Amino acid sequence: MSGLNHELVTQQFPEVEWEEKNQCFVVPPEKAKEVLTWLKDHPDFRLDYLSCVSGVDYLESEVKTKEKNEEGKMEVTVTQVPAKMEVVYHFFSMEKKMGPMVIKQRSMERDNPVVQSLTPIYRGAELMEREVFDLFGVQFTNHPDLRRILMWENFEHYPMRKDYVTPNDYDYEPTPHDEVIERAEERRSQLRGDTV
Amino acid sequence: MSVAEAMPARSYNLSKDELGADILEVAMGPHHPSTHGVFRMDLKLDGETVVDLKPIFGYLHRNHEKLAEDIPYLGSMPFTDRLDYLCGMTNNWAFALSAEQLIEIEVPERAEYIRVICAELTRLVNHCLLVGFFINDLGALGTPLLYALREREKILDLFETLSGARMMVNYMRFGGVRCDLPDGWLQECERIVDQFPAFLDEYETLLNENEIVITRSQNVGVLTPEEATNFSITGPMLRASGVNYDIRKVDKYGIYDRFDFKVPIGAHGDCYDRFMLRMLEMRESVKILKQAMADIPEGPIMGNEPRVFKPDPQETYGRIESPKGELGFYLIADGTTNPYRYKVRPPSFVNLTALRHMCIGQKVADAVIILGSIDIVLGEVDR
Amino acid sequence: MSLIAKGILQGMAITAKNFIQSYYKKERLPTVQYPEEKSTVNQFTRNIPFLVYDGEDAIDGMRCTACKLCEKACPPQCIYIIKDTDENGKPIKRPEVFDIDSSVCMSCQLCVEVCPFESIRMDSEFELSNENRFEGLLINRDELLKSNEYYHEIHPIEAQDTDDRIAAKIAEAEAKKKAREEKARLAAEAKKADAVMKNAKVAAVTEALAAKAPAAEQIQESEAKTGVIKPEAAALGTTEKSATKAPPPEPVSKDDQASTPQTKESKAPGEDSEPKIF
Repeated sequence: MSGLNHELVTQQFPEVEWEEKNQCFVVPPEKAKEVLTWLKDHPDFRLDYLSCVSGVDYLESEVKTKEKNEEGKMEVTVTQVPAKMEVVYHFFSMEKKMGPMVIKQRSMERDNPVVQSLTPIYRGAELMEREVFDLFGVQFTNHPDLRRILMWENFEHYPMRKDYVTPNDYDYEPTPHDEVIERAEERRSQLRGDTV
Repeated sequence: MSVAEAMPARSYNLSKDELGADILEVAMGPHHPSTHGVFRMDLKLDGETVVDLKPIFGYLHRNHEKLAEDIPYLGSMPFTDRLDYLCGMTNNWAFALSAEQLIEIEVPERAEYIRVICAELTRLVNHCLLVGFFINDLGALGTPLLYALREREKILDLFETLSGARMMVNYMRFGGVRCDLPDGWLQECERIVDQFPAFLDEYETLLNENEIVITRSQNVGVLTPEEATNFSITGPMLRASGVNYDIRKVDKYGIYDRFDFKVPIGAHGDCYDRFMLRMLEMRESVKILKQAMADIPEGPIMGNEPRVFKPDPQETYGRIESPKGELGFYLIADGTTNPYRYKVRPPSFVNLTALRHMCIGQKVADAVIILGSIDIVLGEVDR
Repeated sequence: MSLIAKGILQGMAITAKNFIQSYYKKERLPTVQYPEEKSTVNQFTRNIPFLVYDGEDAIDGMRCTACKLCEKACPPQCIYIIKDTDENGKPIKRPEVFDIDSSVCMSCQLCVEVCPFESIRMDSEFELSNENRFEGLLINRDELLKSNEYYHEIHPIEAQDTDDRIAAKIAEAEAKKKAREEKARLAAEAKKADAVMKNAKVAAVTEALAAKAPAAEQIQESEAKTGVIKPEAAALGTTEKSATKAPPPEPVSKDDQASTPQTKESKAPGEDSEPKIF
């Protein structure tokens, strides 16, 4: 958000971090509702319009950085970045016509993430949070009606996660061209990075 | 004995217990001519009044967002056509805008003017269709709808000459547009745009003072401005409720700050306001088109796009005012040719949050009109 | 709300106007009685791809070299290519199998944009229905090959632009070839002259062998000269090559507007006085 004074928020709520690289706030899930109620009514921000709720999935990964150590040689340090699941909220202010403010609720438990729902404050979040639950498996506490929205009700697993494997149970109508299907399948597994 | 004593007046005000009436659950199912696509509403009816409403969709879910993680950025441009399949050009522009925020590209002037012309023509196309289907939903089955579609066909022929296809245009690229305007296109476009206000006048005589339309759509599905903002509604539906928020004026993306146009705002927030607002928006679009076609310069149509589109790791959110509301793309790039996360913020999907709130207490026939006034396209709702 | 319902009567007047005028005004009744009468197909329409061949024979004249760029660029992956091999098993620049699954193809035209040999183009044929759902909709290479004249018929402006681009490329290649031949010829001449001079020098040396030392100095000078001439001749050749390597701007540049460095992008239809579009 241009012209945003992020210090105000970090002073009021010390648990909230400001990430400089992505220009966003990272809010721990327990505090989300309190922070947002404060932001909605504060005269400097007046965030009255929630535009977009999306889920992002991060698997455990390694980051390699090259640095020169004391002897002047190039040393490669490998840091483990833990897995996490984030729910990203984009807010705008219709009153002040100000640009996007990005707030992320980050849960470090990727297998069963639980965050607070913002539906009691912003009623527009209802359907969007249901979609994040449906496709990523994120549980929202205090949501009035949390159930699957785009997939059918008895569907298992969460399709948008990075480790979701599309089941190979299509009824293939036989074309004389099964090589195409094989090649496509091979390429897809190559892109996913499967090790054979 | 008088008549009054011989035949006493019967009272027909029976209570529900005496009548033995129950709440009826009706699935206004996916196969329905008035639900604008494969959309299902589970209605709970008490007589004719809607007591509860549950929207169910997902019948057209194609997992567009996951597909986009496997193919490069340009390869998912044809898939964005199929999101809101009636307005192909604006979907393409939204995606091109978001991707251009990831790398430094400058879009040339002529390409910007062409983009504005295509976007406003798309707005005409969409609102034409909507107003036609409004009359259709009210009961005038077919005939006035086809008058509106007849006008729409002329603009679709223009799109076919420009990009090769009527609806799935695949025309915008990162940094410009795919190909230049053919000879004679601008003259034909001017001719069509000059004829358009005559069609609008004819349609307004059908709509404005028609007693059926007025009785059936005024004070039906009312949304107050505070409710509308809280429900995250955008587009003509929000402006009909009285909130002055048009992304073309707020964000000033592209070259919209050079054009002189007004943003119509409604006063009551009911269905009648939403439709009248769309007619007024069509007139404003005609104004913008005339200005753009007069000022369009010569020049290149494509900026300097890198050979391989590989942005640095960052995230961005780009949005435009599509004819239905705010269409946004949230892209996370991780330094490879494919996006890490690609999310579409569809206006129809978010506008549907208010459906239940608006329909409770109304009659079944009104539920159809309210759904029509929200202007949904299932390709966008389900992606 | 009056009893006469003026608004409804106004609306009915519009409908009556449309009904009566549809009998004599063409724009009020745009119906075309298909399949007895067919409206003209726009020359810019696209449906599914086809391969272009020049000349008479389809297999020999096809422009496709099986580079597989279109296969990679296709978003739904509907193209399948196998390169051709000759009798000895060496690969040649031609596809043996080029299948397009037209039930998968979504006419997005990205294959046309990336083709560097101008060989795959979009057809406007839409009457493709078939009784066999699987084999019938899978189009193989021989059915896809259509001649350049056909391409001129369906997309005149685009075909003309393509032909001009190909002609320009051929002209450029020819110019380069000529320059190279020129340079080779000059190098050969220089060699010959050099050899003649050497023979002459040898004869002079044998004659002057009987003479004294100052003659020997002359010989040394001339040998140094012959030693110098050769690299000079070679240097001359390279400067010539570099001069022709920065080629003159393309002789036919109808579309000056497209300033993109990529040649893959299909250029705009040109500004020539070609048949009217509408």
